Amino acid sequence: MSKFKKSTGKGLQKINTSSLPDIVFMLLFFFMVATTMRETEVQVRVKVPEATEVKKLEKKSLVSYIYIGRPVAQMARMYGTEPLIQLNDKLVSEEGIPYEAIQDFVLFEREKLPEADKNKMVMSMRIDQDISMGKVDDVKQALRRAKSLIINYSAKKEYRDQGRQR
Amino acid sequence: MASRETPEVNGGSLADIAFLLLIFFLVTTTMDTDTGITRLLPPEPEDQQETEVKVNKRNVLVVLLNRSDLLMVGGEVMDGLALKEKTVEFFTNPRGDESLPELEEQEVQFPPGSSSLLPPDGMWRGSVSKGVISLQNDRSTTYGKYLQVQNELVAAVNLLRNDFCKLYFDKEYDELNTNNPIEEEIQLGIRKIYKMNISESDPKSIGGRN
Repeated sequence: MSKFKKSTGKGLQKINTSSLPDIVFMLLFFFMVATTMRETEVQVRVKVPEATEVKKLEKKSLVSYIYIGRPVAQMARMYGTEPLIQLNDKLVSEEGIPYEAIQDFVLFEREKLPEADKNKMVMSMRIDQDISMGKVDDVKQALRRAKSLIINYSAKKEYRDQGRQR
Repeated sequence: MASRETPEVNGGSLADIAFLLLIFFLVTTTMDTDTGITRLLPPEPEDQQETEVKVNKRNVLVVLLNRSDLLMVGGEVMDGLALKEKTVEFFTNPRGDESLPELEEQEVQFPPGSSSLLPPDGMWRGSVSKGVISLQNDRSTTYGKYLQVQNELVAAVNLLRNDFCKLYFDKEYDELNTNNPIEEEIQLGIRKIYKMNISESDPKSIGGRN
């Protein structure tokens, strides 16, 4: 018994924690690299549809976002519940088709890109799945007019059981 | 004596600092990468004149989506999931059907020696479909349904491309590395054989019963 007590007394050393910072730093760097900061606050409610054939968007710097959806609860008091368009972080509150706003937005975003990438700009369309196509078609027409032709219908990856899949 | 003068720096708080940063990044991280279906919009016509393109009727598959999200493909009402098979059949026309699109003999250059099934100069000879899919939707169609149809059409073309790629190059089409010039040429060649011929008409109201 006494032997046992003695051994516990000796074993009560501090655990060596000198490698703890290393481990934590490793995790830290992982998250720093994997992080993409949320730059824009989305003011419309968007639940993108699911699709099987989705691809990753490669170059983030080329991508601008167009959101279409009904305003979130806090914004509903100001803007009502009709579907609205948000361009990156700016909510377009006017009624009807915001051709002007989209044109300006495209020009502004294109200006930010280097000369070589100006015609590679991608418009990521994050559209709620219950929005009617009328609004979407209007935006597409506006984009055509602004000569921003590469668009990406944002969708979540869907996994299907039946049939062949990738 | 000297060792006493320079005591070790206390590294215990280092972990705390790192933890603090770690938690910050954990909270701000959004792991979801952007995924979606990339499509190309047609350029706006230069003049207002509508350019009529003569296309043989058998070469067009009309896909209609009405305001109550019902799908009509080539004159028959169809379920969304059957569209993929229909599209594959439309593009391949395996039995040389008169009502399905014409096939055109074409040559496509692949990198020489890239496949054992190709002649040594890498020239592929075969038939390419002239088919075009015309997708029309109503202003009241929901976006979710529209994208589902887009997805099925893209899936059909991807399936054809992938089958070809597997057969000739023993590789998934998606796994072709575009940074590698040989594989890029393969990809461009396959795209010439199976084109993503999906045309969208200018929006209009096509109606449909509620």
